[in-house]
Amino acid sequence: MTAAVLIPLLPLLGWLVNGLWGGRWGRRAAALIACGTVAAACAVSVMLLRALGTLPPDARHVVIDLYQWIGTGAVQIPFRLLIDPLSLTMAVVVSGVGTLIHVYSAGYMIEDEAFTRYFAYLNLFMAAMLWLVLAGDLVVMFIGWEGVGLASYLLVAFWFTRPAAARAGVKAFLVTRLGDVGFLLGIFLAFGVFGTTDFTAITQAAPARLALGGGIATALALLLFLGATGKSAQLPLYVWLPDAMEGPTPVSALIHAATMVTAGVYMIVRLHAVYVRSPLAMDVVAVVGAVTATFAAAAALVEPDLKRVLAYSTISQLGYMFLAVGVGAWSAGIFHLTSHAFFKALLFLAAGAVMHALGGETDMRRMGGLARRLPLTTAAFAVGALALAGIPPLGGFFSKDLILSDVFHTGHTGLWVLGIATAGLTAVYIGRAFALTFIAPPPGGHAAAHVPHDPPPVMAWPIAALALLSLAGGALGWSLTQPGVLDRWLRPVTEGAARATAGSGPVAEAVLVLASVGAALAGLVLAWLIYVQRRIRARSETVRTVLAHQFYVEDVYHAALVAPSRALAQEAATFDREIIDGTVTRLARAVGAAGAALRRLQSGYLRHYATFVLIGALLLLAYWMWQ
Amino acid sequence: MSVPAPFYLGLSALLFVLGMIGVLVRRSVLIVFMSIELMLNAVNLTLVTFGRTLGSVDGQILVIFVLVVAAVEVVIGLAIIVDIFRSRDTVDIDDVDLLRG
Amino acid sequence: MFGITAALALAGGVGVIACRRPVHSALALLLVLLSLAVDYLLLDAQFIAVLQVIIYAGAIVVLFIFIVMLLAGHRGEGPGAGARLPAPLAVALCLLFAVGVLAVLAGPRAGRPPAGTPGVAGAAAPPFGTIQDVGRALFGRYLLPFEAASVVLLVGVIGAVALGKRLPPPDAPAPGGPR
Repeated sequence: MTAAVLIPLLPLLGWLVNGLWGGRWGRRAAALIACGTVAAACAVSVMLLRALGTLPPDARHVVIDLYQWIGTGAVQIPFRLLIDPLSLTMAVVVSGVGTLIHVYSAGYMIEDEAFTRYFAYLNLFMAAMLWLVLAGDLVVMFIGWEGVGLASYLLVAFWFTRPAAARAGVKAFLVTRLGDVGFLLGIFLAFGVFGTTDFTAITQAAPARLALGGGIATALALLLFLGATGKSAQLPLYVWLPDAMEGPTPVSALIHAATMVTAGVYMIVRLHAVYVRSPLAMDVVAVVGAVTATFAAAAALVEPDLKRVLAYSTISQLGYMFLAVGVGAWSAGIFHLTSHAFFKALLFLAAGAVMHALGGETDMRRMGGLARRLPLTTAAFAVGALALAGIPPLGGFFSKDLILSDVFHTGHTGLWVLGIATAGLTAVYIGRAFALTFIAPPPGGHAAAHVPHDPPPVMAWPIAALALLSLAGGALGWSLTQPGVLDRWLRPVTEGAARATAGSGPVAEAVLVLASVGAALAGLVLAWLIYVQRRIRARSETVRTVLAHQFYVEDVYHAALVAPSRALAQEAATFDREIIDGTVTRLARAVGAAGAALRRLQSGYLRHYATFVLIGALLLLAYWMWQ
Repeated sequence: MSVPAPFYLGLSALLFVLGMIGVLVRRSVLIVFMSIELMLNAVNLTLVTFGRTLGSVDGQILVIFVLVVAAVEVVIGLAIIVDIFRSRDTVDIDDVDLLRG
Repeated sequence: MFGITAALALAGGVGVIACRRPVHSALALLLVLLSLAVDYLLLDAQFIAVLQVIIYAGAIVVLFIFIVMLLAGHRGEGPGAGARLPAPLAVALCLLFAVGVLAVLAGPRAGRPPAGTPGVAGAAAPPFGTIQDVGRALFGRYLLPFEAASVVLLVGVIGAVALGKRLPPPDAPAPGGPR
């Protein structure tokens, strides 16, 4: 079990090697090192998963202390790893998808000059993310939390010579920083309440220490949720994610679809003991999740950039996950996290294949009719799109339906309606994306100089693997009436915290299922009609404008935060330059001027000097006479 | 002594001041030098006068030494002046402004 | 008598500082020196008077005239191109000095001999100006300064010779050749 330390350690090693000596042995070696370490980490995760499975369910909770990190008086924080079903599941998903994306990257980034730097950063990210999911303590997790933030910044601004990319990186870092303030305050509060930040201890002590519905519980839950909002791009701290698409597409696939953005969801599930003690906080989480989901889906409807559509889609689907944990459907949330990782990564990689074929084009208005030339890519994207829309029997259907079902059964009817509406919108926007990219004939013929072609094997195999996982992933949670595999697996973790879900008969379930599937199908048909057949035209210009500006959220941010900050910085710079520097400069100039003035006494003329002697003698004489 | 001391002292002071004016105003180096000698003589007169007034021979001793030193000073000074000004075409001390800062 | 010498001395003094040509100034200086020599006689300082004539009037003025003739061809004072020291200012300062000095000399503290010394107008003639008196003091109490003075004179001679010697050009065959 101690081998678990290898999981984050191997990619860290990869980062060091590639970072320090990366260029020396050529690109192939760098790629091999990077992919190898992640693949090895995945293998170790799988092995540990099976090993954990051999233990009786009650014993599937192993704590590993690596080193006493902080040990001063009341604050004792070791480097602690927690190995249980939840953390290993996350580890397997993260490292598995990560491996596929690493392999894909070897092909995608092959022409880039900073090839080794890319893989170094990618490994760094993997190390941090794996550390995050395996951590057994809030503060230890925070190390990974910050680490992925750093890696995200480095990778979003990877092509930092491009101003838009550099700005996007800074924006990502700063916005998540805001959330991190909440996270840190939450950590402090947790320490104040529990005397420790260890997960196991908190989980056990929560019922005793936190009054049900009490202020402390709510505050703690909401503070931590603020951190999750930033990291997982929910309202109102989501604004960094669409801009983060400036980074390379595999980065978007890995970090901003499958892994880092899910850290917030994971954290809430990890601390469900706290959230359960504050129904208010959970309601807040659920509402924020649902509203975000709808909001982002709406914004995706008019977005012309393919990657940004997928970015908003990610925000929307994360909203589903938060909705799930907000109503207490912990394993449903994790389930959706997993299946979303599969099909969203698939969609991003397929989008990357499209960009690769078109020489970097991402604007869908300049794409079209690629189905004939890129059959494999088209098929892959279609699979991802269907999974996203929630069409059975793909994995996305099962996870989304499970969430909606749990939402309904816990009595949140209004949120359920939002969820259904979002499902419809999801289908529309992804159908739109698919149609504009692959089906509809291009507006003026292909402008790209490249002859579009399907991606090479090194990129194609990961895509195929993800497509397979998207198709089959439903098996993890599949069941209409009984708790699925994943749920049973995670039971030891979530035991005692799941809200009572009123079991309903098969008929009611079927109605619910029909509702969600119906919404999805309706959305797809609508998309077909609008964008392929061009039968219906979108009517309202106002709606379109509002959507295009994402309800002006960004503008509010700019006016309220960005512009005043810039003005303040400008003032500070001027102050520093004029007053502080100016004082020093003026002092120096004054000294110089004084020197220049005094220099005139040194005339070189003997007569002047003699005169000065005389004046001195006169002064002495006067002095003596006064005595 | 037929004339009281202050007269001699007054003469001495006047001669001294005249010498001082010459040092400050004239630009010919030789005349400046001569003005300095004038000042020295004025001082000598003062010393002798006071010696006479106080009945002490010390004043004269001092005058003798002043005389000696003045002689040496004139010798060395003139040698230096010759050194500096022979190569130039001028004896204007304002032309020697190499110490100008 | 004093009046004559005083007038002559003052006239000479003005002459020193006022003459255009250095030769004239030298002659004026000579007048001053001789007048002062008479004054020394009036003050019963015979030895000093003699020394004054021999050393000052006899040697120093002669030396001055030598040098004046040596530098005769040089341009004198040009137009006021150099230091801007207005003459009136200098004169004013000097007169100020004179006032101060006179105030000190003729003031309440002037002319008061320390206790124990004979009075001014007394007929008592203390050992003062004869060469025996001076010699007694020189070789008695002031023997060390006397010897030091001779060293000073030696230094002066050496310095004068050294300064006056012209250095040969760097590639001259040997020093000591004809100048």
